[in-house]
Amino acid sequence: MGLLQIGASVLAALLVGVLTRGVRSTLRTYLLLALGVLAVYWFQPIIPLRSFDFWLPSISLALIVLTWFVTSESGTWRAPQNLNGLMIILGLATVIALSRYFLPDPLITATTPPQFNLYLIFIIVLAIAILFIAWLSHHNRWTISGIILLLVAILVILKTPGLSLQTSIFFRTLANRPIESATALDLRWLGFSYIAFRLIHVLRDKQMRQLPELTLPEFATYIVFFPTLVAGPIDRTERFAQDLRKDFVLTQDETLLGGQRIAIGLFKKFVVADALALIALNDLLAAQVRTTGWMWILLYAYAFQIYFDFSGYTDIAVGIARLVGIKLPENFATPYTKPNLAQFWNSWHMTLTQWFRSYFFNPFNRWIRGYKNIPAWVMILIGQLATMLLIGLWHGITLNFIFWGTWHWLGLFLQNRWSDFVRTRFPALGQNPSLQPALQVGGLLLTFHFVALGWVFFALSDPILSWQVFMKLFNLL
Amino acid sequence: MEQRRPRIRLFGVLLKAILLFALFNFAFLFMNDIPLGKLSLYNFIFPGRERFPFGETHEAYNLSLFDLDAMFASHVLAGTEKTPDEYRVLLIGDSSVWGTLLAPKQTLAGQLNASPITACGKEVHAYDLGYPTISLMKDLMILDQAKQYQPDMVIWLTTLEAFPKDKQLDSPIVANNSERIRQLITNFQLSMNPNDPDLVKASKWDQTFVSRKRELADILRLQIYGALWTATGIDQFYPEDYERAQIDLEPEDEFHGLTSLQDALAFDVLDAGMSTASVPTILVNEPMLISNGLNSDIRYNFFYPRWAYDEYRQLLNEHATARQWHYLDLWDLVPIQEFTNSAIHLTPEGEAMLSGEITEAIQTLCQ
Repeated sequence: MGLLQIGASVLAALLVGVLTRGVRSTLRTYLLLALGVLAVYWFQPIIPLRSFDFWLPSISLALIVLTWFVTSESGTWRAPQNLNGLMIILGLATVIALSRYFLPDPLITATTPPQFNLYLIFIIVLAIAILFIAWLSHHNRWTISGIILLLVAILVILKTPGLSLQTSIFFRTLANRPIESATALDLRWLGFSYIAFRLIHVLRDKQMRQLPELTLPEFATYIVFFPTLVAGPIDRTERFAQDLRKDFVLTQDETLLGGQRIAIGLFKKFVVADALALIALNDLLAAQVRTTGWMWILLYAYAFQIYFDFSGYTDIAVGIARLVGIKLPENFATPYTKPNLAQFWNSWHMTLTQWFRSYFFNPFNRWIRGYKNIPAWVMILIGQLATMLLIGLWHGITLNFIFWGTWHWLGLFLQNRWSDFVRTRFPALGQNPSLQPALQVGGLLLTFHFVALGWVFFALSDPILSWQVFMKLFNLL
Repeated sequence: MEQRRPRIRLFGVLLKAILLFALFNFAFLFMNDIPLGKLSLYNFIFPGRERFPFGETHEAYNLSLFDLDAMFASHVLAGTEKTPDEYRVLLIGDSSVWGTLLAPKQTLAGQLNASPITACGKEVHAYDLGYPTISLMKDLMILDQAKQYQPDMVIWLTTLEAFPKDKQLDSPIVANNSERIRQLITNFQLSMNPNDPDLVKASKWDQTFVSRKRELADILRLQIYGALWTATGIDQFYPEDYERAQIDLEPEDEFHGLTSLQDALAFDVLDAGMSTASVPTILVNEPMLISNGLNSDIRYNFFYPRWAYDEYRQLLNEHATARQWHYLDLWDLVPIQEFTNSAIHLTPEGEAMLSGEITEAIQTLCQ
């Protein structure tokens, strides 16, 4: 999100806050849904594949509607609120599609939307598919698993450079366009990682019979809530719906608190992070830097840049959400001040970690506990390895993200063994108050540097280059 | 008893914020004479650059800015204390002096500094003050600013393209330093209009923070890039491959719409430059590519038709002789294969040839 989009989001949120003072919460939900739908199209950047900046957001919306149909009771779509929600989504998508005929230049989408007859065919095919899958889901319990697999498959394609490239070549061939210029970056589907994770969360909760009853406007607003579309946080449906249903009055205090949070976020992102980005570690600098000292400086710059960038966006999202009465969960809790790696992971990208804990680590642990002959420490080892690998792969399916996940698993595992060792061999160590400050500072420095070294894999695209950076960092090259 | 939180009025906060910002914004009107560009981390935390900042390539950690103070403050010249045994030589010129496609060590200054040269019993230290814009007025502006750094000698490399009167004020660095240029026009009584529309005129609003944010951001960015200059020693993007200078030429003999160069060249700017430093100054007609390709009977290269360049050489020679200047006409010094992507950009080997000639000239002048 650029400054323009953030500014527009703040204004839109203020407008919603003012317009819905003392009015029923459903109006706020409708307005937020409409803004979310517009944001899905507006935030989508230009893509070299023709009209994909229209099709990809449209598919996002279609997946949302599909997921709601399969997770809600049959026939509920006829309820007035749900019909209104359907009309808002379909109506806005149609207006955007039609805008090619009445706007001289595209306003919401990055390029001119496709021909309207193509859009009509798209809508009809989707409507039939959604109704059929929804019907199927009420008769076949594997349908939901099928949709989860579909979402995971799309994520795998988007996050695997080779598959992305092949998909781009496929679409270029279909459109009779030159394939030589195809790249893995052609399929930049904005916010899909977050949309997919929210949808999977809902689908899994439905399977576990934990999903609260939601109207289509509530559900779709939760998925495409505009402040969180690009960079999270990943909220939980039941919590989000609670806020949405509450009567909300935008007071001066709320406006100031929201504004303060937005201002802090803007400063973090556009002043601190963007300045640090100029000197943060990247592929080019990794190959050019001449001395060990400077390599450490670039690594520190990267560590703080990624923190200020991401936490800045979170602050902005939390601040904007506050203006419309939604109290989003926090994503960061001063992670670089934690004395061990487990605490770091409890305070870094917290909503993603919680998601993986709820939907992978805990179920995986329950499953593996069935094997009675596996020692407990091996279970922890396997569970943590699988979780950290998946967190790594969520960022991109490349060797470097696998190394990054493995690096953190190794850290967590060593910390776990070390804690056990200290607890059993030196039980007095942890209770000696005079040692606590030194242990805290030592732990903090060790944890920060372990995390910072892990960023080498995250920042660079190539394992060999990463290895060379490690060598340079320790003056071995 | 519950403590009551003081009530904050949103309108009051907004009003104060707007007022404070307005005050801050307009405070810049009174800070116009403060040379913010002189505040620099170069030569203090980071080593000075060996040539002026120029270019907008992400790979080179470099940028172009118009603030001459900031440019000089980032240069190694500004941070080098002159020692009694230093013979300080300033090199003025265009991109061929700056060193397009050349690493700092390969430029003319780099090559002069590589081998120990003595002149007048002192060790020669050359400073690259080239800037990739071809204009005598730009050279004069840089030279005028550079003379405060105690030069012992100035070597001014130039070429015909820097001379036409019509292009003296249209380069961005000249146009955006209008106050300096007006001062030079007045001081040297140059035959130019100080109110020329090419010279950017700053209104009061242009001097506020809001209007100057780009300029201030550039100065900040230059400081941040200092870290990367120190870490990498890179200040220019060196492509693995580039298009070689044009050899086959168009059958055109037009030069700036002129039929004769008489009265069309800015010799008054040259005179001003030659006198401003008050130290021995060597004027060099810099080497250029002499094509042997298609239409090379009409043109020497992409820049010059033969008639114009021949006339220029003759005029410059007469002008320099009449004023008893130290003048080197090195136009055909470098063979065709030692040019890179332009008819005036040399390879390291080409620079070595030029450096040899310049070394000899420096030492001769000292005798």
